[in-house]
Amino acid sequence: MAIERKFKIGKPILEVKNISLSFGGVKAITDTSFDVLEHEVRAIIGPNGAGKSSMLNCINGIYKPQQGTVSFKGKEIPNITPNLMAQMGLSRTFQNLALFKRMSVLDNILVGRKLHTKTNFLEVAFQLPKVKKEEKINRERSEEIISFLEIEDIKDTPVGKLPYGLQKKVELGRALATDSSVILLDEPMAGMNVEEKRDMCRFILKVNDELGTTMVLIEHDMGVVMDISDRVVVLDYGKVIGDGTPDEVRSNQKVIDAYLGVEH
Amino acid sequence: MKPVFMTYTKKDLINLAVCMVLSVLVIPTFITTEYWYTSILIPWLCLALATIGQQIVMGYTGQLALGAAGFMAAGAFAMFNLILRVPDLGFVGSLIVSGLIAAAFGILFGLPSLKVRGIYLMVATLASQFFIIWMIDKFGWFKNYDSSGIITAQDIVILGKPFTTPLAMYFVCLAVTTVLTLLAMNMARGSTGRNWMAVRDMDIAAESMGVSLLRTKVQAFAISAFYCGVAGALFAFCYLKSLEPVAFDIKLSFKILFMCILGGLGTINGAFIGAAFILLFPVLLNAIGNNVFHGAIDATIISSIEQVIFGGLMIIFMIYEPLGMAKLWENIKQKWKTKIPSSTNLKSSLSKKT
Repeated sequence: MAIERKFKIGKPILEVKNISLSFGGVKAITDTSFDVLEHEVRAIIGPNGAGKSSMLNCINGIYKPQQGTVSFKGKEIPNITPNLMAQMGLSRTFQNLALFKRMSVLDNILVGRKLHTKTNFLEVAFQLPKVKKEEKINRERSEEIISFLEIEDIKDTPVGKLPYGLQKKVELGRALATDSSVILLDEPMAGMNVEEKRDMCRFILKVNDELGTTMVLIEHDMGVVMDISDRVVVLDYGKVIGDGTPDEVRSNQKVIDAYLGVEH
Repeated sequence: MKPVFMTYTKKDLINLAVCMVLSVLVIPTFITTEYWYTSILIPWLCLALATIGQQIVMGYTGQLALGAAGFMAAGAFAMFNLILRVPDLGFVGSLIVSGLIAAAFGILFGLPSLKVRGIYLMVATLASQFFIIWMIDKFGWFKNYDSSGIITAQDIVILGKPFTTPLAMYFVCLAVTTVLTLLAMNMARGSTGRNWMAVRDMDIAAESMGVSLLRTKVQAFAISAFYCGVAGALFAFCYLKSLEPVAFDIKLSFKILFMCILGGLGTINGAFIGAAFILLFPVLLNAIGNNVFHGAIDATIISSIEQVIFGGLMIIFMIYEPLGMAKLWENIKQKWKTKIPSSTNLKSSLSKKT
């Protein structure tokens, strides 16, 4: 691309090496390796059941792979848990929406500020000055994210009452509020119409561009993926069948076969 | 609305002021019969406090727990022993320490919540109810080797002054309840409460945001047990005036659970509404029985009718208004507002148009 990027793509920030994951006898992922570079938009694509969401769950620590390692920021992480990854600066969204349904949009995003909240419950109970200071900073940051995502008018609405597209936006907002260096997006555009998809793409690129956040996303819509990502990794039956820039992947015969089917 | 003082909006402060004026000035001047203090107001405050404890663990953190009365017993007997054996602590000191002892039990019995959830957790927490009562019964030390099984609570003495009249005890309960309610509100509205609710609504997402499930759940159980413990101590010292483990049986736990659900899960004011309803409803039924039917209906039948109506109400609320009476009250206020727009609303809507 001709446009100069504020955050130049750098060294690998996240490396997945030889991951294998199986549920009982079903192999979800087999010996998969790839890396994600700092400040890039990296897409994971593949047909249904290719193991994309399982891959994200392995990176984030929800699933424990039987083999293989995940390295983050140059460190190999042995006992990986969602909480630990969050503390190291990796946030995520979920495929089937995992918002706090009875809480307002603002409160949902404020939960994302948890790791920037250092006061304990006693200090909160007595509303010490430092609690107020911290709360003010967190609220200001959350409001910034809300106006960044253009959802000011719904910030006090309980999330459960919002339409799907908006909920996806709130979930992105919550991930953003953590100020993480890497955000994993599990199908951020699933079930959206063309307009909402375009909106979501704009936000993803805007976040990547303005904050330099590394984005790893899973997406079904090939057109969208090819437009916004720097590099794409293609999974099929739990294996990597293609890895490279969108153009390289597009001309990869294996990928074409997996998506269009092969004549036998 | 913007908060004007701490986390409170102007409306909250007005509500608080009204409640304080009512409870500190209006009630003591207009209610002079002892019956109201000893049988209604004091137990109301104590049980509301225990219900806040139940709210924290069940309404806010979403952990189905059933054992509030067990923690109350722990608090009550801890209080008795502290006053007996460590008189230097004083009433308020003993109250806090007995809350902390109950909180220790809360941590112990909250640990299963990390592995089991829902109805299974409810069964696991029932253990606390039976274990604490059994422990007090089994070891005579807790009851100071009293053979009768029922021991009299010591008189309340704060800073050398006795608080033995119903009115004085009411003020003791009121002061403790007010302080603890405000602290609970601060927690519920602040980052602590957000963590609780995040765990309630979607634990896996909460964990991915850096909320530790272990710490949040155990913390909620501990705080909840603290509230129940303090409530239990007040319940024994101001209302029962005696200590017997039987008073804190499973029935009381269920009563607190009902107060929590009818009042409205996940609300602090719901705890007070629920407690008032469950306490006043039998009184109302009795009054109806005596004054309308002139005693034609047997007292036992009335108490059975009470159970039937409670059961019916529980079902109706679960289906039509799971958020309980607190939400119902909000809805009524909302309707009232839309029907009769207040003058300020009218003014602002007019000024917007022009």
